Amino acid sequence: MTIQFNDETFRDDYSFHNSDWAIKRFPFPFHEDSYMYAVNMEQHRGGPAGSVYEKRFDVDEHYVAEMRDRAMVLADDPLRCQSLPHMTLAGWDLLELIMVSKSEDYPDLFELYRDGDQWRWVNKPLGIDDRFTFLDDTTLPYGPMEYITRQTQGDFCVLDQREGNLWMDAGMVTTQADWSLDFDIGMNFFEWHAPVPLAHEKGIFVRALKFLLNIQQGAPARRLNWTMTVNPLLDTSPENYHKWGIQKTTLTPENLGAKQHLRVELQTFFRLPRSNGLVFPIRCYLCSFQDLMTMPKWGRRLHRVVRDLPEELATYKGFIDNRPMMLDYLSQFDDGQPTSAGVWPDFEAEPPLAK
Amino acid sequence: MSKFEFPPSIKSRPVYGTLEARPGKGHLMIADAEGAEAILGIATPDLMAKTHIIYIPRGAGFTDQLRALNPAQFYEGPTYAASVQRIRRVLQDAHMGLQVYLTGTEGLMGQAQNEAMQAGIPHTAIQTEHRGSVARRMQCVHCKGITEDVETDPFQCSHCGLNLFVRDHYSRRLAAYQGVCIDAEDPGNVPAPKGIYE
Ligand code: HEM
Repeated sequence: MTIQFNDETFRDDYSFHNSDWAIKRFPFPFHEDSYMYAVNMEQHRGGPAGSVYEKRFDVDEHYVAEMRDRAMVLADDPLRCQSLPHMTLAGWDLLELIMVSKSEDYPDLFELYRDGDQWRWVNKPLGIDDRFTFLDDTTLPYGPMEYITRQTQGDFCVLDQREGNLWMDAGMVTTQADWSLDFDIGMNFFEWHAPVPLAHEKGIFVRALKFLLNIQQGAPARRLNWTMTVNPLLDTSPENYHKWGIQKTTLTPENLGAKQHLRVELQTFFRLPRSNGLVFPIRCYLCSFQDLMTMPKWGRRLHRVVRDLPEELATYKGFIDNRPMMLDYLSQFDDGQPTSAGVWPDFEAEPPLAK
Repeated sequence: MSKFEFPPSIKSRPVYGTLEARPGKGHLMIADAEGAEAILGIATPDLMAKTHIIYIPRGAGFTDQLRALNPAQFYEGPTYAASVQRIRRVLQDAHMGLQVYLTGTEGLMGQAQNEAMQAGIPHTAIQTEHRGSVARRMQCVHCKGITEDVETDPFQCSHCGLNLFVRDHYSRRLAAYQGVCIDAEDPGNVPAPKGIYE
């Protein structure tokens, strides 16, 4: 199917919206009625047709608008994209990975022609048709990482692997859940995760790092993470927190269903061939509570998860103050019936709301 | 003077040790204020004959005592900023096996450690010991400006004027902790500042 790209915004008038298609394929992150941190990683080898897991780099109806938003963020703050000097080769690795994947997975949208090191890249949705010399930085308008991630949804951390650790030495980060690339660049896996509560004590990061260090080329992995965002704001950066933080206080019982969004990150991990680095794309999906409630199973489950989430996690994720109002809203969609296992909405099989 | 015991913290926060004299042909000691006391604690005539001391007194009166140790080289700088070119120059000349000793405030140790790492000194050859003020060097995450010697939480950014709370999240690259707007969700509601460890 050809994707109809939305003309929409993630700021000011917030005209972002999900089609029925986008709601149905939303990566709802809860496979059971409760949530706790875990080393929730699996192979990234496709998924059900039409799902966000199917392609290596999912492209959806928000693509063009997200790229427009990213360009605005970068114009305001170029420090959102940084690469330490030794990371240029990894940038080329990433450019190749994305161009090859997208042109194979979406031949109607992207084309890649390679003649030795003479490459031509056609990006139809963004109207780009560029020729360049592979591995020659002077033939692109930006560094290779910046060039390709200005054309790819999601944030990107490019990690150098050395001393048995991963180092965040490059990244394009404009749709982050409240952390700063400019502050974290150069840190190792344990340092940049330092602010996360409970997970260190559970040994999660030690096990996760071990898994990541062993990821092989051609065998990517993935996991989901989630948080909450008021208004469909992609750029929830600490840099701009003094501007957007106030929006959290604009929730009312009447507007909550439309304004409160579940924010889900599809995180993937790919080994890079020449640099032996690792790339960590963090793809953000937003869905309003009212759209989520169209799936009875998700309504029941989201209520239970938010209700029972440990206080440390609700505080870290920044919605502890709004949790009571969220629960008042969500409880209307929980009739106490059991939910089926797994993340899928099971719309046909689950009973309608009996309330 | 007794040493301050920092409470346990998150993994990005540096931990400091206790200086000990190590064998080696060359020694570089960089200290500010009460850091002088840590140097006085390990100084021996033998060690001092091979030591270059760079000291920034910041109002503490240890200069004469340090000079009296007869170090091979002694430099007193008015501020860290004024001394950093000299520190770089000295590190440039560092021979294999140079031992680096950093002591005093966190801001001094963090910045000097960066210089040493950038000069290629292995981290195993760098020792640190905290002495004196527990003030922090803070980066405002909003305007990126650095405020030195922050003693209270919250504090006002010396560049953009926002009221910031003091996080434990620390960047070695910046040699700074992170400051984040404290009243973003309730403008004007800024709690009275307290000492960082109160
Ligand atoms: C190498 C790839 C990874 C990168 C670059 C990365 C980066 C980050 C960053 C920057 C944060 C925000 C920390 C803050 O508050 O400042 C974070 C949070 C977190 N990360 Fe990772 N991470 C990676 C892999 C993983 C893996 C494999 C796990 C597996 C368990 C994991 C688990 C978490 C958890 C549980 C949080 C807290 C999220 C929340 O509650 O919203 N991360 N990560």
